[in-house]
Amino acid sequence: MTALLQVEGLGKRFGGFVALDSVDLDVQRGERLGLIGPNGSGKSTLVNCICGTLRNESGRVRFGEAVLDGLSAHQRTRLGLARSFQLPRPFGSLSLIENIRVPILYAVNARAGGGLTGAALATRCRELLGQVGLAGKADLRPRDLTQIEMRKLELARAMATEPQLLIADEAMAGLSHTEVDEIIALLIRLNEQGVTVIMIEHIMRAVMAFSQRLAVLVAGRKIADGPPQEVVRNPDVVKAYLGE
Amino acid sequence: MASLADKTSLDGALPGLRGLPFVLLLIAVAAAIFAAGRWFGSSYAFFVGYVVLQYIVLGSAWNILGGYTGYVNFGVTAFFAIGAYSTVVLNKLMPALPLPVMILVGGVMAGLVGLGTGYLTLRLRGVFFSIATLALAVVVQTLITNWDFVGGARGAYVMRPKVAPLIGGEYVQYLFLIMLGLVVVVLATARAIERSALGYGFAAIRDDEAAAEASGVPTLRLKLIATGLSGGFMGMAGAPLPFYVTYLDPASGFSLNYAVNAIAMPLIGGTSSWLGPVIGAVLVGGLQEYLRVTISSAVNVLVAGVLMVAFVILAPQGIVGLFQRKKR
Repeated sequence: MTALLQVEGLGKRFGGFVALDSVDLDVQRGERLGLIGPNGSGKSTLVNCICGTLRNESGRVRFGEAVLDGLSAHQRTRLGLARSFQLPRPFGSLSLIENIRVPILYAVNARAGGGLTGAALATRCRELLGQVGLAGKADLRPRDLTQIEMRKLELARAMATEPQLLIADEAMAGLSHTEVDEIIALLIRLNEQGVTVIMIEHIMRAVMAFSQRLAVLVAGRKIADGPPQEVVRNPDVVKAYLGE
Repeated sequence: MASLADKTSLDGALPGLRGLPFVLLLIAVAAAIFAAGRWFGSSYAFFVGYVVLQYIVLGSAWNILGGYTGYVNFGVTAFFAIGAYSTVVLNKLMPALPLPVMILVGGVMAGLVGLGTGYLTLRLRGVFFSIATLALAVVVQTLITNWDFVGGARGAYVMRPKVAPLIGGEYVQYLFLIMLGLVVVVLATARAIERSALGYGFAAIRDDEAAAEASGVPTLRLKLIATGLSGGFMGMAGAPLPFYVTYLDPASGFSLNYAVNAIAMPLIGGTSSWLGPVIGAVLVGGLQEYLRVTISSAVNVLVAGVLMVAFVILAPQGIVGLFQRKKR
C-alpha cells in the first residue's frame, strides 16, 4: 500500500542556513503521527513546505496520486491537505461562522460535485463549530475568544476543508492540562472519522498519548522514526534533547 | 488540476435572483432622482449632481479593492485619467461614437491596467502596494503629459454637443443620466460581491492572506479580480469627464482631489458596506460644493482631509459602522 503522504529528500535553505536537509517522511492513510524536535529544528518549515506556504529547493512531496511540487497552497488545500497555524490566524473581521464558511466555499465547493449553499451551508458551519464546542459563539468575532477557543476555531477551520490529512502545528502550546486533553480527544475523534493526522507538539504527554508513530527532527534532519516508546529511548533523541 | 482551480466560485458572484429586487429598487430610486431633477430643471443642480454621482462610482470602485480586499490604492488618478483620456482619443478618432461605448472602452482600458498592476504588485503588501500604486499614477501622468496626440501638457478641448441625445434638453442632463446608470451598475456589483463567495474570499485576503490560502482561497486570482474590477470602474467614472469639463489637461485630469476624495469618502461613509461610499460621497461631495459656493473653491481638499483624519481617529468603521454598533 502506498503512503498517503510521501516526502522524499526535502531540502530548504534560508540564505546560508540549512533548515531542512534531505528529509524523508511517509505517512500512511489513517495514521496518527507525532512530529517532535527542539525549537528551530525545522518542524514548522517542513509543514510549510508540505502545505505550499514555502517552496522547497530540493526533493519531492507526493500526496495520494498527486505530486505537490509547484502547486500553490490553496490548490493543495483543495486536494485534501489541511493545516492549522502555530499561532492562530483567524479572519478577524468575520464572525466565527463566517470564518468556517470561507473554507467550505473555497475548498469543499471547489471540488467536483461539491456545492453547499444557503441553509445547508449554514447548518454545516454550525455543525463544525459544534464539534469543537463553539456553537454558542457562532456570531462572535475571533477577538472575543479565549486562547483555547481560538485554537479550536483554528482546528475547526482546517476541518471545514474536509481534509484527508490534517497537520496540527502546535495546537496546544500554552494550554492547561484539561485543555490539552480536550484537544487530544478532538484530534483522536477526527482520526476515527478517517482523517490522517500529523501532530507537531512540544508537550510530550500529548504526543505520547496521541501518536501511533513518532518522528524526530533535529537541526533539519530526521534522526528517528518509529514506535513512540522506542523513539523516546533512542540515544540520539535523548542526546538531542538533554545533551551529552 | 486546472479544472479544480478554474472552478473558483465566481458563479456565486453573480447577483442571482436574490439581488434582483435590489437592482430594481436602485433603478427606481435613480429614475426618481432623474425625474425630480428634470422637474426642478436647474442645470446647476445637474452639474453638482454629476460630481456627487461620479464620486459614488469612484469611491465604490476604490472600496472594492481598498475596503473589501484591504489593498489601499493611492493611484486612483491613474485609472480615472486613463478613462478620461481614452474618451479624448476616441473622440478625436471617431467623434460619432456614442458616449456609453466610450465609457465601456475607457473602463476596459483602465481595467486592463488594473489587472497588470495587480499582477506586477501582487507580492507587495500593505504600504508597499500603496507606494507602487502612487508610482503608477506618476508614470501614467508623465506618459500622458508627453503624448502630443491628446494635447500633451497643453491639454485638449472636447466639444460638448449642445443637445442631449435620446432625452433632449441640455447635454449635462445626459451626462448626469449616464453617471446615474453607472452608479446603479457599480452599487449592484458591490452589493453582489458582499453577499457572494467572492466577498468572503476578499475579506479572508484582507484579514490574513496565508490563512486564506490555507482555506483554499486562490488569493492571486481574487486579487486580480479586485484590481481589474476596481480599476475598470474608476476608468468608467473618468470616461465622461472630458465632456463635462470640455477642456482636459493633465493637471486637472490627475488632480489630487480625485484621489483624496475617492479614498476619503468610503472611509468616512464606512468601508464594510456598499452604502458607505454612497453616504460618504453625498455628505462630503455635498459639503464641498456648499463650501465652494459660500467660502472658496480651494477649501475642497481641506474638507475631505480634515474629515478623513477625524473619522479615522474617532470612527474607524465610518458612518455605517456607527449605526451597526448601535444596532447590536
